[in-house]
Formats: sequence, C-alpha cells, structure tokens
Amino acid sequence: MSAPADLRSRAEALADPLPPLLASAEQLAATVALGQHGRRRAGLGDSFWQYRPSHQSDASTRIDWRRSGKTDQTFVQDKEWQIAQSVALWVDRSSAMRHASSDRIPQKAERARLLALALSALLIRGGERVGLTGSTAEGDGLPPRPGEAQLARLANALVGEESAEYGLPGQEGLPPHSRAVFLSDFLGDPAPLEAAIAQAADRGIRGAFLQILDPEEESFPFRGRTIFESGAGSLRHETLKADALRQRYLDRLAERKDRLAQLARMSGWLFTTHLTSEPAAPALLWLYTALDQRA
Amino acid sequence: MTLLGPLGFTAPWLLLGLVLLPILWLILRAVPPAPIRRRFPAVALLLGLGDEESQSDRTPWWLLLLRLAALGLVILGFAGPVLNPSERTPGDGPLLILADASWADAPDWPARTDRIEALLAEARRLGRPTALVALTDPPAEAPVFGPAEALAQSLPGVQPRPWEPQDLTAFAASLEGPFETYWLSDGLERASRAPLLSLLQSHGPVSVFQTPRSIVALRPLAAEEGEVVLRATRTPVGPDLTVTAAAVGLDPSGTERPLAEAELSFAPGEAEAEVRLDLPPELRNRLTRVELPGRRSAAAVQLTGDALRRREIALLAGGTSDELPELLSPLHYLHEALEPSADLIEGTLGDIVLANPDAIILADVAEISPEETQALEAWVEDGGLLLRFAGPRLAAADVAVGETDPLLPVRLRAGGRSVGGAMSWGEPKALAPFEPGSPFFGLPVPPDVEVSAQVLAEPGPELAARVVAELADGTPLVTRREVGAGQVILFHVTANAEWSSLPLSGLFVQMLERLALTAGAPAEQAEALEGTIWQPEQLIDAFGRLAPADDLPGVPGARLAAGTPGPELLPGLYSSGERALAINVGSEEMSLAPATWPADVPVEGLAARAELPLQGWLLAVALGLLLLDMIASLALSGRLRGGGRGTGRGAAAALAIVLLSALPPGPARAQEGEAPAETGTDLFAEIATSEVVLAHVLTGDDTVDELAEAGLLGLSRTLFARTSVEPGPPMGVDIEADELAFFPLLYWPVTADMALPSPAAYDKLNRYLAGGGMIVFDTRDSDLGTFGGSTPEGRMLQALARPLNIPPLEPLPADHVLTRTFYLLQDFPGRFASHDVWVEASTPDAEQLEGMPFRNLNDGVTPVVIGGNDWAAAWAVDEIGAPLLPIGRGQAGDRQRELALRFGVNLVMHVLTGNYKSDQVHVPALLERLGN
Repeated sequence: MSAPADLRSRAEALADPLPPLLASAEQLAATVALGQHGRRRAGLGDSFWQYRPSHQSDASTRIDWRRSGKTDQTFVQDKEWQIAQSVALWVDRSSAMRHASSDRIPQKAERARLLALALSALLIRGGERVGLTGSTAEGDGLPPRPGEAQLARLANALVGEESAEYGLPGQEGLPPHSRAVFLSDFLGDPAPLEAAIAQAADRGIRGAFLQILDPEEESFPFRGRTIFESGAGSLRHETLKADALRQRYLDRLAERKDRLAQLARMSGWLFTTHLTSEPAAPALLWLYTALDQRA
Repeated sequence: MTLLGPLGFTAPWLLLGLVLLPILWLILRAVPPAPIRRRFPAVALLLGLGDEESQSDRTPWWLLLLRLAALGLVILGFAGPVLNPSERTPGDGPLLILADASWADAPDWPARTDRIEALLAEARRLGRPTALVALTDPPAEAPVFGPAEALAQSLPGVQPRPWEPQDLTAFAASLEGPFETYWLSDGLERASRAPLLSLLQSHGPVSVFQTPRSIVALRPLAAEEGEVVLRATRTPVGPDLTVTAAAVGLDPSGTERPLAEAELSFAPGEAEAEVRLDLPPELRNRLTRVELPGRRSAAAVQLTGDALRRREIALLAGGTSDELPELLSPLHYLHEALEPSADLIEGTLGDIVLANPDAIILADVAEISPEETQALEAWVEDGGLLLRFAGPRLAAADVAVGETDPLLPVRLRAGGRSVGGAMSWGEPKALAPFEPGSPFFGLPVPPDVEVSAQVLAEPGPELAARVVAELADGTPLVTRREVGAGQVILFHVTANAEWSSLPLSGLFVQMLERLALTAGAPAEQAEALEGTIWQPEQLIDAFGRLAPADDLPGVPGARLAAGTPGPELLPGLYSSGERALAINVGSEEMSLAPATWPADVPVEGLAARAELPLQGWLLAVALGLLLLDMIASLALSGRLRGGGRGTGRGAAAALAIVLLSALPPGPARAQEGEAPAETGTDLFAEIATSEVVLAHVLTGDDTVDELAEAGLLGLSRTLFARTSVEPGPPMGVDIEADELAFFPLLYWPVTADMALPSPAAYDKLNRYLAGGGMIVFDTRDSDLGTFGGSTPEGRMLQALARPLNIPPLEPLPADHVLTRTFYLLQDFPGRFASHDVWVEASTPDAEQLEGMPFRNLNDGVTPVVIGGNDWAAAWAVDEIGAPLLPIGRGQAGDRQRELALRFGVNLVMHVLTGNYKSDQVHVPALLERLGN
C-alpha cells in the first residue's frame, strides 16, 4: 500500500474539486427549492393533508363521516405522502463526456456532475434517498441513502473518471419501483441503452434521461480536410470536405434524438436534450419536475 | 552586373530560378492542404459517411498566385537588384585626384573626404598609383604617384583653405606622364580652370565630381548715411532665398554676442541682395563681424576692422573769433578731413575731457588752466591722443619755453620763425621724406607742400627721437611723445593754410589716417598702407571659424592693399598700432558663377541618382506575402474561425502583427515639445489677462503651493461675493518662466528651503515692481517683529529681497490707505494675529493737515507688503467653499478669519485702486466747489 503521506496527498487532490462542485450544486439547487413545494401532496402517510370529495373507487371505510356530516357530500381524508422514494442517478463519466469545444463552456461531464449533484441536494433535502448506479464497465454504484452525509459521498463518487469510449448505465444500484435519472450524451451504440431501459421499465423503474451535448456537436461548424477522432482515440473518421458532411451529420443526430425520444415514449420515461452552452438551471428544473410526476 | 533598363542585378544567374515557378504551380495544385486533427466525440455518428467528391479542396488560384508571387520576389530579391546602378568603369594607370579645397568646399567638406576615401579605396583595390593635390595648396614640384594606402592616412591633413586656387601655371607645368584625373570641383567658375583642364586632358581622361549647391558670399561692409550696408552675392541664381545675417560684437561686459540681425533677401533671378542695418553709433563701434549663421564658409564672415568704426574726435581752437572767414578758421581743414569718418565733438575743454573722446585736437590753443591740464594729462595717460597744432597764439605764448610742458612733446623756442614770407629772405621750406620708424613712413611727399612759418623746437638730446616728420632743412615739423598709454603730437604748423600748404594737400589727410584718426577701405589707401607692417590678430579658416593668430609674422602693408587673400595673406584681422584692418574672403569684385565643364568631361554628382539596392525591399514584400499566405491558409482550412480553441486567437495575433508591421513607422517627434510650449505661453497669457487673476509664487513646496492656491481661491470668492472685483481662478506663477506683468498682486509664501531666483528672474521681478505690481511676502511664521532675524523663513526673506528694488519700509501706519480701501481695519490677522505688517515708508515730510483725518501719504501703491501672519491659511477654502484649516477657537476664530478676509479684500482693492480712498477725503471740498 502507499504511504500515508501519499494517500493523503492523493485524497486531498481528489477532494480538491469537491467543495466548489458541492457549493455550485447547492447554489443551483437553491434556485429550484424556492419555487417548488416539494412533495406536499396527497399520498401514503400519517398526517392529515386535505379533505376531498369521495370517488366511486374509494372504499366506504375511508369516508370521513365527521366532515361529511356537515354537508350532503361525502369526503375522504387524504394523508400527506410520506413515503421516501429511492432515486438512482447514473452519470456518464466516459471519455466522450470529457469534451468542451471552447474554454468558455464547461465539459459535458462537468455539467452532468453538477446537475446530478444539484438534483441530489434537492431530493435529499426533500427527504428522498439518492444513490448512484455505476456504469456496466465499472460497477461502482452507491446504494441509495438519505441524509446530508450522502451528498458528500455522492460528490466523492462523481469525481471519478472512466476510460471507456462511451458509457452505459448498469443495473446494480437500481431497486425495483424506484426512480432513475440517466445523464449522458447518448452518442454511443443505442441498442444496449434501449435494452437497459426496457429492463428497468420492466422492473417498474421510471425516470428521465437527459442528453447533454456540446454546441459543436449540435451545429458541426467544420470545414476543410479534417480527421475526427473520438475522445479515447479508438474511433476516427477522415474527410476531405468537412462542410459537405454537415447536413448528413445533422440528419443522423436528429435521427438519434428521435430514437431516444421514441424509447422514452415506449418506456414511459422522459427525455430531453441539454446543451452545455445553455445555463444549467432550466435543465435542473426539468429533471426535478420529471421526477415529480406521480408514479 | 547585368543591366535591365535602370535595374541592375548583382547575381543575375539566380533569375533562372524563375523557371521553377510553373513547376511549383503544378505541384501546389496537386497537393491538398494538410488535414486538421480534431477531437470530436460525436465521431460515432460520422462513421460510414463517405465524401461525395473524391477530390479534396484544391488550393484556390489566388492563394497559388500569392505563393508564386512571394517566391518570385524571393528569387528576384536574392538576385540582388539595384536601381540606378553606378557604372563607372574602373580604369588603370596612375590616378590624380584634384580637389579645389577652397572655402566654397567647406560646407560639405566631409562629403568630399568621403568621396576621396572611396576613390582611394578603389585605387587601392586596383593597385593604381595615386596622387592627391589640393589646388589651394599645390605642391611645389610634380605630384608623386604613390600607393593609395599612404594617401588615405594623410587624408585628414587635406583641409579646405579660405582662399581661391592660386596661380596654377607652375603646378600645371610640372605635370608629366599619362594619368587619369578625377577632379573634385568646388562648383565655382574661375578663369584658371579652363587652361588647367585642357592641360590635364592632354595627359589622360578627366572626370569631374561636382554637386550643385547654394553658395552665398558676403561682400565688404560699408557705412552709408549712418547705416551699415550688408551686401551678399549668391550662386546659383534661382528662386528667392532669404539668409539671416547676424552682426556680432562685444557687449559692454566684453562677451561676444549677436548685436543685431538682418534678413538678406535675394529676389528670384537676382544674384545680389542688400540690406541696411540701422545701428546706433555706440553699437556700430562695437561690431566686430557680420556672419551668416548656418553657412559654414569663410565667405559667410565679414570682419569689420576699422571700416565701420567712427572715432570720436574733439576739436578745440584757441580764441576763435566769429569775424574770421570760414576758410581761415583753424578748424576748417580738420573738419573737412575728419567729418566723413569720425564723430566730432566741440565744446569747452572741460566738457570735452568729460566726453572721453578717442582723440582731442587743439588747434593753436596756448592757455590751458592748471585744472584742465591735470584732466587732460590724466586722459592722455589713459590712452588718449592729444594732437596739437601750432599757431600765432602758441608762438606768442611762453608755453614750454625753457621747460617741458606736459601737454607738448618738446620744448619750444620763443617766437617761432617765419621763412619765405614777404618780409623774410628765405624760401618756403619743403618737406623731407619720412624716415623709417616714423608713422608716416611710406607716404609720398608731394613737392608742392611748402611751409612758410613754424614754431621751433628747442634742440636737446631727446629731440631727435621725438621728431616724426621734418622739413628739408631738418627742423621738426611733427613731434611726438608717449605719455603713459597715450601720446601727445604737435604739428609745428597751423591747422589752416596760414603757415603752410600742408592742410591743402592730400598728404594731410593721409597723415591723419596714419594717426588712426580716420579710416577707409584698404583699396583706397594703397598708398597710405605703403611701408607699414601689419600684425595678424585673428584668422578666419575656410569654415568661417575665427582663431587667434599666434606667432605669425607681420604682413607688409603693400600686400594688404592688394586685398585678395592667399597663402601669404590669410584672411583675418590685422592690426598696426591703433589701426585695425580686415582681410575678408568676400570682396567687392567677387562674382560667383557655377562652374561649367566641356561636354567631353563626365561630370558626376550633378544629376546623379543614388544607387538604390532593392534586395531588402523585395524580400520584405515577399515575407509580407508569405505571412498573408499563412493567414489565408489558416482561413481556408477553417482554423481561423471558431473551429478550435486557441487557433483563432493565434491567427488574429498573427494578423495583428502583419498589420502592425505594414504600418510605416511614425517620424521621430523629438521636436514636438516646442510648438505646444509656445501655445502654452499664449494660453497662459490669455487666461491671466481675460480676468483679474490673483497669483502666488510657486515655491516648489507642494503643501505650501496648494495652500496658497486654496487661500487665493478663498480670497477670490470673497472678492467676487462682496466687491465689484470678480477675479478668475488663481494661478501659480513660476517666476523663472512665466510673465508676471499680467498679475496685479503676487502672493509669495516664503519657505526656508526655497531656491533663490536667478538674476533674470530678479530682473523680471524688479520690472514687475517698477510697473506697479505688488508682492505680498508672507513668512508664515508670525514672527516678523524682529524683521526676519530669528526664523529660517525670515532669513530666507532677507536673502530673497536683497536684490529686489524695495523702497524703505515701515510698519503699517494707522492712517495708511490700506486700512480703509474697502473695510476700515486696524488689525491684519491671518492664521496668526501678529500685528507687524510692513509697507513702503511714507515720505518724511508727510504731515497731518489741519482738519484732515489722516496724513497725505505717499502716492501710489506700496510695492511690497511683508508680514508673517500666514494669510493664505486663513483664506484657504476647498472646492465647495468650506474653510480648509481651523483658525483660532470658536467664534473668536471665525472673527479672525473674517478679519483676514477683509484684509485680503483691502489688499486687492489697494492694488487695484491705488490711493483713490486717500483722495476721497477731498470729495466734500470738491462737491462744495462744484455746487457753488
């Protein structure tokens, strides 16, 4: 094993990006928490939430007669929803994500990490349990737990990087009937992803997947003779006139997005695309509302 | 060297490289531009997308053209192109380098030496034996052709001379053998040139180097109608030309400085220019030379010598009676002889001596009182020339009979003698030729000068030494005796034609000239110069510089009379006794014309266009094109725009560098400061005079200066608010540099470490005080009771004020007008409340009249107010008008500040209205008188 000093320096180097990441995630989360009212809605729980007119489907035992006695209608007492949900996050940390087209915009991985952590912060504040599911390749998941301490553990786990070209979500950390959020560029082979989501949907898992793209990948502003290389360098494509490729590339990108949207419709998940050049808050809001929908 | 029209190439074979250009075209067309590697995660989406065209982007034609042009320029550049190449074909055989080396060469002599050096270098390379001859200093025997190396070393010794090439026949005759001649002409036509040229051409080819240039020569100065006439001639005769001439002389302290300046304007097409300088006689006598500054040549300097000098000569005749006809007046002939060239003074002997003239002429004056004798003696001993003429009174009086009179050179016999008269036996006597050693030696004696009466000298051992002219029978005619620095001369005859015909002859004038009583142009006095020896005092070199002449032998007057400078008569200032004579390069008869050469003589330098090597320019343009190509390539391959991080900025930087390098470098602006300085002065004057502006003297101590400024600002605002004086913002004044006359009042805070003003600044301050200005000295130490003895500021004030013209001072009296110019005041506090404020003392006879509340004190404004109350501190306000410094304590302090301001108002009112308030006392009386 390495010497304690070595360990410590590595640990410090590792912990170095955490406070800023945590801080910015908290900051981002704060913008949402102010506007939304958490899970204040009817559900399973102990405390009274509201009276509502009874439906046909309500058992007669559930009718609150004291309230119904005051009028001709029958009312049912709703309880506040108090069941803690488990949310599993998957953040793609593959080499394709470590790309930014200019100094002014963050890498895709950075944005994904930020969104994941901010979302975690929001959820944990709301009392949910948040965990991390690892990629298929690595499998270093984090089981869902509540509490602020989990936030630090999440941040720690999010820092790691993977060497794979494109990432795929694993199934380990996904409890049945939980919620899942996948953050990736989804530029790799879509077939395994489809399989993974179908499998998850089968286990009653609902969720959202957010495609994070660099503006360069969205617009393809290249000209001239170019050799395109993937992040890890395993894939390459040479062209003599890059500008002639643009339309066909954009067609293919649209096709890929279409396929992902199709997948979302089929599985009951939600899907959208986010560009790193855009601010992060709308994406966080979208993620939060996506999780907010009734199971 | 290969020639292509005006272009030559040093390495023409390199031009073959141009053949490569079409090949390069093909190669460049075939090779596509290098690909860019890009990291692009979405490459997975691209896989399988083939290019629609099999052919890559071709290099566009204009880029190809750019590259070919750059390469073509590089090839051309390295082929060494030269515009207007010189095509002198180097000859062989001996080479004779002739230089005129006259004064006309002086302005650009270094260029000539460079040319000679180049010639020598070429001769050394070719191994040609070479000789170098300056025509102003030709060698006695034939020039020796030797190795060029030795000549190159002796080249610094060849200098232009301040005269024209002299008689060259001996030199021309000594030339032998075939040789090539290279003649560096000074550009002036002269008669000796053509014969020498034809002779040289008989020995071999001749080529000439001559640059066109403007030469201006001053002609001798003349005095006409009391004005100094400057004339100049020029060549070539071209468009109008204005030359500044400076008249230089000694100022009263003995330093040489320009006394006057004049503009000599040549009209277009005119070779001559004339300007008249109107100088007061005092200045004109001081004039030593006139020069053309900026034109370095001996002809641009004219020494004056005595030509402009007018001596002051006093004339006095004994017992002049008005009944005498004009022609019998003892002074008539002297008047006639001296008037044109001297200023004559007449009056009583006492007045004359006081005027301290150069010479005093006493014609037949016998009786001189003892006091006058003493005064005259003292004057003679100081260098005066006392010239006396005999006459009936001198002969009748018993002066110097038996004893030596201090004012006569010899003892006289009583009575005198008469020869050749109606009642005598003898013939009138003629003059004997002048002996060597006499000041008149060399003057021809006209036979018709006769002397019929004279006073006789008592023979004695010393007589022979004192006689400077005698009659044919050996009796003295003129005797002389040195007295101290001066001399006493006696003409033993009268100054009129009564006793001799000498005053009627030209000899009389020449004799007076020899005695330095008159002076004229040398040419006119060739005779008068005969037999004299002149000592050079100052010499002019070819560049027009003056140098003292050391250890040079004297020059006979006859040579001087010729006037033309040469090796044996260096131009400069010569003196003989009291007289000074200038030999100048520019003469009356000098005519300047550009040299013309026969058509078969190649003349270099006239229309020569300088060789211009183009290599550097071509290569620079090629480099620029390559830079453009770089940017264009970047743009084409998409690296210039946001394609990749960093590359865009790099390309932009490269573009910026290209643009910057394309900008011509701005001309150096070392002189930029001058013009604004002038406008600065104007602006200063404009601001200072557009309103009443209070000013304070800048002491150099920032704190004090700022406080003074703030104080005057406060005072100005108070004045604005309370009185009809509406001052502008106060100004700090640098007494060394700024004009003071604009300011009614100068507030001068005295600091202990202030630098004393320069004499020029004191001069300015005194003029300011004399012109009605007022300086308020504030020692700011509240301690002027001892008048400056005890504090450093006080001592500084004493030192400051010592050179100022300050009248006697007194503590401000209770009835001084300053106490009532606006407010009625008896205290003058500032930050301190010391009572002592000093102003100009009132006149001692000022008395309080009956019924008057105060004395009628001195008229006008006190030039200085001296105090130590630090008024500026009490007046000082900040921008918003709040007091800057605390004064005193509470209400008493406010009162003190108010009184300080009132004193300031009174001060300004006093300086602006003078003693108007004093005169107001008369108003009731005046009104009463007007009413009734």
